[in-house]
Amino acid sequence: MSNISLTDILKEFRDPARDSLIPILQREQQQRGFISKEAMIVIGEKLNLPVSKVYGVASFYNQFRFNAPGLHQIQVCRGTACHVKGSSTVLDSLEMDVGCKSGETSKDGLFSIEVVACVGACSLAPVVVVDGEFHAGMDSTKMRKINKTLRKVHNAER
Amino acid sequence: MLELIVNDKPVKADKGEMLLSVLRRQGIDIPTLCHVEGLTPTGACRLCVVEVEGQSGLVPSCACQVYNGMKVKTHTNRLIEARRTLLELIMSSHPDDCLYCQRRDTCELLELASKLGIKERRYKSVRSNPSLDISSPSIVRDPSKCILCGRCVRVCEEIQGVGAIDFIGRGSDCSVGTAFNEGLNTSSCVNCGQCITACPVGALTEARHINRVLNAMSNPELTIVVQHAPAVSVTLGEMYNLPSAADVQGVMIAGLRKAGFDFVFDTGFSADLTIMEEASELVSRISNGGVLPMMTSCSPAWVKFVEQYYPEMIPSLSTCKSPMQMLGAITKSWWAEKNKLDKSKIFSVAVMPCTAKKFEASRPEMGIGIPDIDAVLTTRELYDLFNIKGVKPFELKPMNNDNPFGQRSTAGKLFGATGGVMEAAIRTAHFLITGENMKNPVITELRDMTGIKEARVKIGELEIGVAVASGLSNARKLLDEIKMGRKDIHFIEIMSCPGGCIGGGGQPYGTDFESVRNRMSLLYKIDKEETVKYSHENQSISELYRDFLGKPLSGKSHTLLHTEYMNRVVMK
Repeated sequence: MSNISLTDILKEFRDPARDSLIPILQREQQQRGFISKEAMIVIGEKLNLPVSKVYGVASFYNQFRFNAPGLHQIQVCRGTACHVKGSSTVLDSLEMDVGCKSGETSKDGLFSIEVVACVGACSLAPVVVVDGEFHAGMDSTKMRKINKTLRKVHNAER
Repeated sequence: MLELIVNDKPVKADKGEMLLSVLRRQGIDIPTLCHVEGLTPTGACRLCVVEVEGQSGLVPSCACQVYNGMKVKTHTNRLIEARRTLLELIMSSHPDDCLYCQRRDTCELLELASKLGIKERRYKSVRSNPSLDISSPSIVRDPSKCILCGRCVRVCEEIQGVGAIDFIGRGSDCSVGTAFNEGLNTSSCVNCGQCITACPVGALTEARHINRVLNAMSNPELTIVVQHAPAVSVTLGEMYNLPSAADVQGVMIAGLRKAGFDFVFDTGFSADLTIMEEASELVSRISNGGVLPMMTSCSPAWVKFVEQYYPEMIPSLSTCKSPMQMLGAITKSWWAEKNKLDKSKIFSVAVMPCTAKKFEASRPEMGIGIPDIDAVLTTRELYDLFNIKGVKPFELKPMNNDNPFGQRSTAGKLFGATGGVMEAAIRTAHFLITGENMKNPVITELRDMTGIKEARVKIGELEIGVAVASGLSNARKLLDEIKMGRKDIHFIEIMSCPGGCIGGGGQPYGTDFESVRNRMSLLYKIDKEETVKYSHENQSISELYRDFLGKPLSGKSHTLLHTEYMNRVVMK
């Protein structure tokens, strides 16, 4: 990832105040893929805001992540059509399989899971997007198969 | 002056007023759960909705400014139905276990449900079951009971200038929590408990010490001593629905004895002791070029506030322990020796209007090995303890405190109100410097509910500037001025809670401006009516110095009555 530090990001904002909070959070996430606790503490100090407030705002928006992203991004669609076709089962088994919840990154750093509202491919429901690639008509077995392949590739490369 | 039409009747209002205040002034009962007078209106609960002519939707009156010619209806069928539905929706995500809730007698949600006639659960909601946060020594959070009114969040940020908690997440996942949703103990929470008195339901309560006290009472080897803070006796009567606020010290002492305490002491005694030490410290700092301004140290939430936000100003804090800790230390040393008691067999309880005192008692420097104070009960817990023990204080004959820690001057009693410590300290500093008492011991400028009060006080040839603040956001203002280089203030008293200890976080639920003012006037009445008005005229204090301590700031005083502070790193 890029090398622009949070200190430099904060320098991009002239006299940053409360209203710069979201742009700063976005810039930080753009650089590092997520927002760390340490970053929120520094941002709070700079803006003279309690860190609870910074976390409150950041956790309000779906766009912000609090964990370093894994090697592979798995997005599970939980839109209406996918829901009807059983996406919650897919999500449950995925969480069980990789060992982390949505919004988190697995301990081995391989996967991060994200829930999205609708990816606009309802005819393929339930849909899971893995690293930008759409997988149609998903179920628990198919999901595990994909993960297995990704793990295999990763281990072979190592 | 504006004119409104409310329910077809003309009503006068001032420009800029919020509609809710105007309606309430008219005696119109508008329900609300999120509104707190003086704090930013948020319209979070929406129960205060009214109909305003020309607006299609319902308008939350707490967050709506009045305008000339405004036509308002407050109790149409549409509104009644809307309010009930809103309340039912709030209740749908609230647990049904009222029988086991600490707030069952004081719950605002329950009261409204009964008032609006809600009899059945029409809505069900799927709720996550968040766990209790018991990490704090002072405050227990039960997020499952939270109705997201945000009163605690606003009190913490706006009144206390701390902001330890905020709304986290959104929608149905929204909750009130600390930064990163971790325990209160690692947050910037100063344990003041203002959030508890602000909470309309049982989501915030104190960490209770009643069982500790009951267990100690059942142990025949222990001698149980209790001390009561100046603010408690002027408040407890309210919990027994006395018609007007009254000082109930006599029956409270009788009640404490009946409940099983072996000795009853008055924290007002050690408040006098604090004044002897603190006034001497002030005089010494002024005459020896010590660090000024000197700041009081009896409010433990304030002490933690300085430690975490203004560590560079720690040298300004008086090294005196708080009156509670002083009495604890003296009880387990001088008093224990005098009565041939093993100090490990004394169980020392303090009844305080405060939740931060629970934290203070647990500070490791407050009694090495054996803590000076073993349990702290809030005013509310004392009421509960009396009930558990079947004590009805108002049926008992009034009694006096036990000596030697039962005597106090009215200066010591004044500690309960903002400005009281300052007044008491000036009285004694005046005596220490000039050798005589002030002609008029009352300093009117320091006597009211104003957040920041200042005065110039003449002590003989010397003129000093003093400042008093209550509410930590006011303290912050004052401290920032000092940091910017203000030099005309020599002595600062800070109380964490608005109005001082009488408005503390351990006081009855629903404590408001009016009740704090009543308690304050009671303290002033005591100061006016009783004869011993100076800490240095308290005979028991003189005896203690003669027999044991020597003189203020002596070696023994320093070991027992003074303390030190630390730079505290928290998530702030």
